[in-house]
Amino acid sequence: MAEKVMVKGNEAMAEAAVRAGCRIYFGYPITPQSEFIEYMARRMPQIEGVFLQSESEVAAVNMVYGAACTGNRVMTSTSSPGFSLMQEGVSYIAGAMLPAVFVNVVRGGPGLGDIQPAQSDYFQATKGGAHGDYHLIVLAPGSIQESVDLMEDAFRMADEYRMPVLILADGMLGQMMEPVEFPEFVKLEGINDHSAWALRGATGREANKVTSFDIDPVNLEKMNIFIQEIYKRIKAKEVRYETIGLEDAEYMLVGYGTMGRILGSVVKLARSKGIKVGLFRPITLWPFPYAELKKAAEGVKTILTVEMSMGQMVEDVRLAVEGSVPVQFYGRTGGMVPTPDEVLAELLKHV
Amino acid sequence: MSKNFVKIDEERCKGCGLCINFCPKKVLSFSEKFNSKGYHPARQHDPDNCIGCGFCYMMCPDTAITVFKETAKV
Amino acid sequence: MTEATYKRPESLAKREFSYCPGCHHGIIHRLVAETIDELSIREKTLMVAPVGCSVFAYEFFDVDGTVAPHGRAPAVATGMKRSLPDRVVFTYQGDGDLAAIGTAEIVHAANRGEKITTIFVNNAIYGMTGGQMAPTTLLGMKTTTSPYGRKSETEGFPLHVSELLKETAGIVYLERVAVSSPQEVRKAKAAIKKAFTVQLKGLGFAMVEVLSTCPTNWGLSPVESIKWLNENMKKEYPLGVFVDKVGDLK
Ligand SMILES: Cc1ncc(C[n+]2csc(CCOP(=O)(O)OP(=O)(O)O)c2C)c(N)n1
Ligand code: SF4
Ligand code: SF4
Ligand code: SF4
Ligand SMILES: [Mg+2]
Repeated sequence: MAEKVMVKGNEAMAEAAVRAGCRIYFGYPITPQSEFIEYMARRMPQIEGVFLQSESEVAAVNMVYGAACTGNRVMTSTSSPGFSLMQEGVSYIAGAMLPAVFVNVVRGGPGLGDIQPAQSDYFQATKGGAHGDYHLIVLAPGSIQESVDLMEDAFRMADEYRMPVLILADGMLGQMMEPVEFPEFVKLEGINDHSAWALRGATGREANKVTSFDIDPVNLEKMNIFIQEIYKRIKAKEVRYETIGLEDAEYMLVGYGTMGRILGSVVKLARSKGIKVGLFRPITLWPFPYAELKKAAEGVKTILTVEMSMGQMVEDVRLAVEGSVPVQFYGRTGGMVPTPDEVLAELLKHV
Repeated sequence: MSKNFVKIDEERCKGCGLCINFCPKKVLSFSEKFNSKGYHPARQHDPDNCIGCGFCYMMCPDTAITVFKETAKV
Repeated sequence: MTEATYKRPESLAKREFSYCPGCHHGIIHRLVAETIDELSIREKTLMVAPVGCSVFAYEFFDVDGTVAPHGRAPAVATGMKRSLPDRVVFTYQGDGDLAAIGTAEIVHAANRGEKITTIFVNNAIYGMTGGQMAPTTLLGMKTTTSPYGRKSETEGFPLHVSELLKETAGIVYLERVAVSSPQEVRKAKAAIKKAFTVQLKGLGFAMVEVLSTCPTNWGLSPVESIKWLNENMKKEYPLGVFVDKVGDLK
């Protein structure tokens, strides 16, 4: 058993990426993510990896595109305005079916917003922030340990499904410190063999072409349908969520990431007051656990969805339960983080 | 047949006329016929005077020209 | 003995170019392919095509290739080269791609001395989208978005990318050439070959700007286009070597 060490979220995620076999990193500084890029600047040279601070997030995402074309594990990290700037490249990566991992340490928006934790990029992350019929796999860790554990999965899924994977964190997760246990270094042999399509020089084979481009609509539709088939497989295999105290719950809280963790405290607080409350915390935001949430909601009187936004994931919660249970919403935004007491007070209004 | 001559891939040719314009010996011209793209391809009407200089090849944007040149006496 | 002394280079794929009759993109492609053949690097070359008329270039070369988002080819090439330093990576970009939307990427790739090669095709116009004004469009030149002729008061001045880039420390070889005559084609070929050799030797960033025609959007025949280029473009964009820190490469 490896021992636990105290680390800041951003640095923990960066080290986890290194352990997951990532040896190429491109990025641009932005708060509250900067410890990530700074960690990579120190770490990559120690392991003969590639670190490059790009001239912008636009360049960073396209460097990721280029490195991903070669079939090597590659990633970038950023925060909200930076991820907005990356969107065109994300769409190209999705269209060209390239494996790549992104981390968005979300901050308050819109616009320049502030540098406090927020969850207001949920729509951008899960509904397609850029153009075209595409998705990212979106993972929302609720603790630093979970963000570390999910990193290996993120790279595994990017490789297996040949698509971009996003870890949707927030400023709280990026900035706080927690004891963390790191996994062993992943051995890459055999698990990311992309020789069939990657651009590494046409030695003794036909030239490979990687592109999101096809001028013929018949072919482009085919390409899209092919990608949708992959999405179906992901929906069947990769959905993840956590539940707490739902066995006898009359009320269900739904929240993800940092908010999901705060809701864990609300469950305890409410139960100490005799209210039977449970928690449903989606871990994959795409694919969203629609069926699982609906099933979990059977028998509860009311659902309260809580977000650090004006209400984005709540739309998926409503889609999931299809009107079978009333869905209430409480949220703070702009970098404000609801406290357990605040949420409890809100919950009591519906009890 | 001349010792120097060019072969023009009539299907690749787009009838741009650059080879004709730059041929120092004026031995190229447009053919009367159309290719499948609807262009009048270039042709070499006077191979006897071709010097194999390659100018036509160098100016052809569609790699339609191969130049054959006498390289050594047999 | 009669031999084929000038023939289609092997590094070009079989398919026909999609360019308009007389468009210089085809000549420039051929010169790049001849270079790849002569340096025997086909099997280790990665190409990054742009968005523009040459968006299909990744299909025209028989090498591994991709298409970058509009203007971002130098960043994509950087990602490739950093992951596979022993491969040859080149970008092929138009003037809208490189001199408008992609100015940041080219300046920084050059300044980092990124060990890639860029072929910059300047035809003073946005060819693919139907002849709109480019940053390189000449003053007074009519395009679909400068229908009364480009005016410096409102549209600024023609952008001289090579003159700008020559100040970046990471660039080791930079030349502006044309392909408007067989003699110029020979010089352009030598420049392109040198720009690839610079990369093979790991010396830094190299770029060749090629003045090119767009007969379709200039509204001129291929032969008239060459005349127009000679009389107008060369005045604004004089040919020559801007940077050569490598000398004679053999
Ligand atoms: C982000 C983005 N903006 C605009 C376009 C549309 N577009 C395609 S090609 C092009 C201009 C290309 O001109 P240039 O680079 O000069 O190449 P040419 O066609 O002249 O060779 C534009 C504006 C695009 N594809 N993507
Ligand atoms: S090789 Fe020279 S002389 Fe012969 S056709 Fe071509 S340009 Fe004319
Ligand atoms: S230069 Fe090439 S494409 Fe143009 S007319 Fe001559 S052979 Fe045909
Ligand atoms: S539009 Fe202009 S640049 Fe594009 S292929 Fe035609 S002639 Fe060439
Ligand atoms: Mg152009």
